[in-house]
Amino acid sequence: MNGVSNNRLNETWQRFAVALPYIWLLVFFLAPFVIILKISVADPVLALPPVTPLIGDSGQLQMTADNYVFLLTDKLYAITYLRSLMMAALATLLCLAIGFPIAYGIARSKPSTRSVLLLLIILPFWISFLLRVYAWMGLLNNYGVINNFLVWTGITSQPLQMMYTDFAIYVGLVYSYLPFMILPLYATLERMDLNLVEAAQDLGARPSEAFWNITWPLARPGVIAGCLLVFIPATGEYVIPYLLGGPESLLIGRVLFDEFFANRDWPLASAVAVVLLFLVVIPIVILQRNQARDAEQLA
Amino acid sequence: MKANSRFIISMLSFGYAFLYIPLISVVIYSFNDSRLATVWGGFSTRWYGELLRNEQVTSALFLSLKVGISAATLATLFGTMAGMALARFGRFRSRNLFTGLVMSPMVMPEVITGLALLLLFVSLQQLTGWPGQRGFGTITIAHTTFSMAYVAIIVQSRLAAMDESLEEAAMDLGGRPFRVMIDITLPLIAPAMLAGWLLAFTLSLDDLVLASFVSGPGGSTLPMLIFSKVKLGVTPDINALATVIMLFVSVGVVVAWRIGLRMQRTND
Repeated sequence: MNGVSNNRLNETWQRFAVALPYIWLLVFFLAPFVIILKISVADPVLALPPVTPLIGDSGQLQMTADNYVFLLTDKLYAITYLRSLMMAALATLLCLAIGFPIAYGIARSKPSTRSVLLLLIILPFWISFLLRVYAWMGLLNNYGVINNFLVWTGITSQPLQMMYTDFAIYVGLVYSYLPFMILPLYATLERMDLNLVEAAQDLGARPSEAFWNITWPLARPGVIAGCLLVFIPATGEYVIPYLLGGPESLLIGRVLFDEFFANRDWPLASAVAVVLLFLVVIPIVILQRNQARDAEQLA
Repeated sequence: MKANSRFIISMLSFGYAFLYIPLISVVIYSFNDSRLATVWGGFSTRWYGELLRNEQVTSALFLSLKVGISAATLATLFGTMAGMALARFGRFRSRNLFTGLVMSPMVMPEVITGLALLLLFVSLQQLTGWPGQRGFGTITIAHTTFSMAYVAIIVQSRLAAMDESLEEAAMDLGGRPFRVMIDITLPLIAPAMLAGWLLAFTLSLDDLVLASFVSGPGGSTLPMLIFSKVKLGVTPDINALATVIMLFVSVGVVVAWRIGLRMQRTND
């Protein structure tokens, strides 16, 4: 520890610099989750807001586990959670399979080409997410670019149904989240010492052996970071399944949205959110923290 | 260094084609004269004219820009403070909670954050009467909360990569920590703050889910307007709008990239 970071918040402005973002986050990030928890144990009523208060008129505590019991016993919700998790997991794997060679290729290209290639990966990320999903609507349509091409070349006689299928959702997920996978992978692969791979090959390792024994373990931090950045948001994704998926492709992000806005069942929507939080976010964050701590201890 | 193998090169070509073909097809179809979005009816720029005359679009764009500028500025202010606290203030009480709070908006699924914030605003309104109307203010708060994490990370990693000796030297020479921050640290992290501001601004302009939750009737941002139209299918005027947005973003990003390259070169 050196002089600068040894200052234990002794200056007023330092305290202020911590306090301001701290208070903001407590009010606008932590408090909302307490409210979600509170509303998830309420009953829906016809009022504004459409929930029963936690403390009733006569001062009694009004809590119910009905929403959670319903979520856990209703088969439809269990299937929806499972489907969301599986689709997000498969999309993450696809991103990894496509993103890894690309990140590797960028990391191994000449420095001048490298910055252009990186720019081309980042550019779509800056362009509106919604518009990128929209672009696929024009491609995957029954009368869209791809089908017109397939019919025109005679590969198929009739347009293939691609829009409003799970296939379209996967395309949308992989397309939207691919940069999130490539960038952390690139960051770790770029720092990797390529001499290690060459040394292994000089010592007689086959390229696949060199890859699995050297490159893959060294790239692991990037793989984990990339997978997290894709998997968590993909699980709760709303826009992509709404625009590209069929009406029967129920995913949890959309169920939450509809439960809240269409059915106006605020308590159930809150319970859906809490379960999603406990199912996905918290386990992953804990896992990530443990691994970061292990890595620190190793280093 | 060995050249890339044929496999890697074909994966690169496939990857970039995958990323860009959809965008290029939108640009091409924006010049389509036909009202049917997928039938080519000859070259025309009429959809761009209709776009300019569409008041819904211009007012939604105005709201989006207003929110984007306010949210990015607030997020840069708070995010820079948080980033400095994480990188330079050493250990302080409840640092772990602070770190968690700063980072988690980044990984939280948007539907959860959006729902949570809306429920907060509704409860606050019941208790205090504020916010009376949801719109500009509430969307700005939501976007600030969500994007300050990105600013904090950019500033923190810039500070972590930066040598502390300059700051230490200034302190050894008798500079008070506050002055050292203003005279030494801030100028050094200014590029990171600018990058954070731009990222926060883009994230705000891009957001649909949070805005849909926390906005009230009448307060439609540009993505909300686009989404309500796109739900019904592909339309030529949205193609034109998408092309205009892509043009602006691409020019902005390329200019920022070239400035960045030049700065790197002069630094070397």
